Amino acid sequence: MGAIFRRELKAYFTSPIAYIYIAAFYLYIGNYFVNYNMAYGSTDMTYVFSNAFVIMMILLPLLTMRLFTEEKKYRTDQCLLTAPVSLGGIVFGKFLAATCVFLCGMLIYIPFIIVLYGYAGTLEWATIIGTMLALVLLGASFVSIGVFVSSLTESQVVAAIFSFGIIMFFYMIDILASSVSNETVSSIMSALGFYSRYSEFSTGIFDVGSILFFASTIFVFNFLTVRVLEKRRWAD
Amino acid sequence: MIEVKNLTKQYGQKKAVDNLSFTVEDGEILGFLGPNGAGKSTTMNILTGYISSTSGQALINGVDILENPMKAKKDIGYLPEIPPLYLDMTVKEYLNFIYDLKKCKLPRKAHLADVCDLVKITDVYDRIIRNLSKGYKQRVGLAQALIGNPPILILDEPTVGLDPKQIIEIRSLIKKLGKKHTVILSSHILSEIQAVCDHVIIINRGKIAANDTTENLTANISTDRRIIARIDGNREEILKVIKAIPGVITAVADMEREPGIFDYEIEVKEGTDIRRELFKRVKDRNWVMLGLKSMEMSLEDIFLKITMGDNVNISVKNGETDGASAENEETFEEKAAEADAKAAEYDEKAAEADAKAEEYDKLAEKAEETEEKEGEE
Repeated sequence: MGAIFRRELKAYFTSPIAYIYIAAFYLYIGNYFVNYNMAYGSTDMTYVFSNAFVIMMILLPLLTMRLFTEEKKYRTDQCLLTAPVSLGGIVFGKFLAATCVFLCGMLIYIPFIIVLYGYAGTLEWATIIGTMLALVLLGASFVSIGVFVSSLTESQVVAAIFSFGIIMFFYMIDILASSVSNETVSSIMSALGFYSRYSEFSTGIFDVGSILFFASTIFVFNFLTVRVLEKRRWAD
Repeated sequence: MIEVKNLTKQYGQKKAVDNLSFTVEDGEILGFLGPNGAGKSTTMNILTGYISSTSGQALINGVDILENPMKAKKDIGYLPEIPPLYLDMTVKEYLNFIYDLKKCKLPRKAHLADVCDLVKITDVYDRIIRNLSKGYKQRVGLAQALIGNPPILILDEPTVGLDPKQIIEIRSLIKKLGKKHTVILSSHILSEIQAVCDHVIIINRGKIAANDTTENLTANISTDRRIIARIDGNREEILKVIKAIPGVITAVADMEREPGIFDYEIEVKEGTDIRRELFKRVKDRNWVMLGLKSMEMSLEDIFLKITMGDNVNISVKNGETDGASAENEETFEEKAAEADAKAAEYDEKAAEADAKAEEYDKLAEKAEETEEKEGEE
């Protein structure tokens, strides 16, 4: 696992991918910080945080799209799958590497928070820490979805679009839930919604259930990826 | 030691590997021979745990690759058909990655240097793999398989894409490796198998068509039972004289090699040598013997014979060579016909070109005329 994690992380940073991702993320988030917090002298970081949700939805599928598609395309998976490494190790190594790049993007919040703290002297720590935690969990879930989808196809474009689609589905599911008449289905659907889980944290509420929800999302998609790799050995 | 028992891999209706059983002893170099799509790569992929078999068992040093893949895979170095290289890494980074991936315990620097030295990639050690030539890529792939000194090496067409000098180097390297490792090597180049392997398995349509030592396989059929003589003289009489020699079964005039001179293909009984007698008789008649050679059946012939016949039923020991030579003749004829067709095509094209050239000439003349007229005006 360690070897794969290190290789993937290095591959992100020797190619322009990680830099472009981080730059795009910084630019987008920085824009909100400057135009809301700096321009209005506000310590309310809601916009800066909630807009990260949108940019992550778009950028993270691009970050994860190559993880397994390229292995399959260039047949390098033959080297991984015939080495004495477990499938779980392979999947988790890749997942961790992409998550690390994502976390590098999240680091931009630290200077923002320091700047705001410097000006205002006091911040709503519960909300800030809660939202940060939610974003990290959310990002990791998006990454696990991306890793899963990339194991299904050989085409990076298909992987990116398809993982965007799945993420979009989970984003919109609580909106859809309100239009479903059956109450059980509706409640199940709204329980799966990423956005409602996220907004709970952003009000400063630590809900163990939501933490478990994200943790299990990550687990389920990584597990499914392992199953896909396993199945491919038996396939056709 | 590798033991394969009743291995079958089914893709839908098609059986890519059909009930394969064989054993490779320690320190043996096994050659896997077969046409494209015979199931060589599939078998190798199963042995290395890349894909799973539908049924049957593959034991690597007594460990089932399906039941205990982690342990079995530790003993295998695998070079797939397309070397699994990360193009954006340098050779150094790549080999270090493989070293970590295989959880290698040997001293890192010394071991990597040894491997690079062995496959001669030390001079490209710091280069990005994407920019390497096919030959170097292949060798980096081989280096990858050698890392960790696995007791078993499985090499899928290791010499593809190499130049002749490199091929010789890699072959001698594999031979050298065969002293310490158990090697399975696949190839469709027969001379390679003949040169390198102790043991050959010919595989066709997923089934074993022949399984013997290289020596036996060649020795049994390459007896001098056919000779070819080129004799200058009257065809009918020559045939009569040849057929009169004791021990001759048949004699036919083959192609006309030079004007009026034929090659005569002579089949003789096993254990008889008619070359001296033939020479004497030809001399007595004042004909001239321009050439005499015995026709050996190479692995190539065996291979064609085994893989092209529908009834895979080899009786190598009886050395039925007719099939192979007939097939050869057929392919020659086909090729000749093809060449004729092409020649005709070229002729047509040439004629067309000529016609066009004439047209151009006419146009040029006209242009000149008009110019002249303009000049006059």
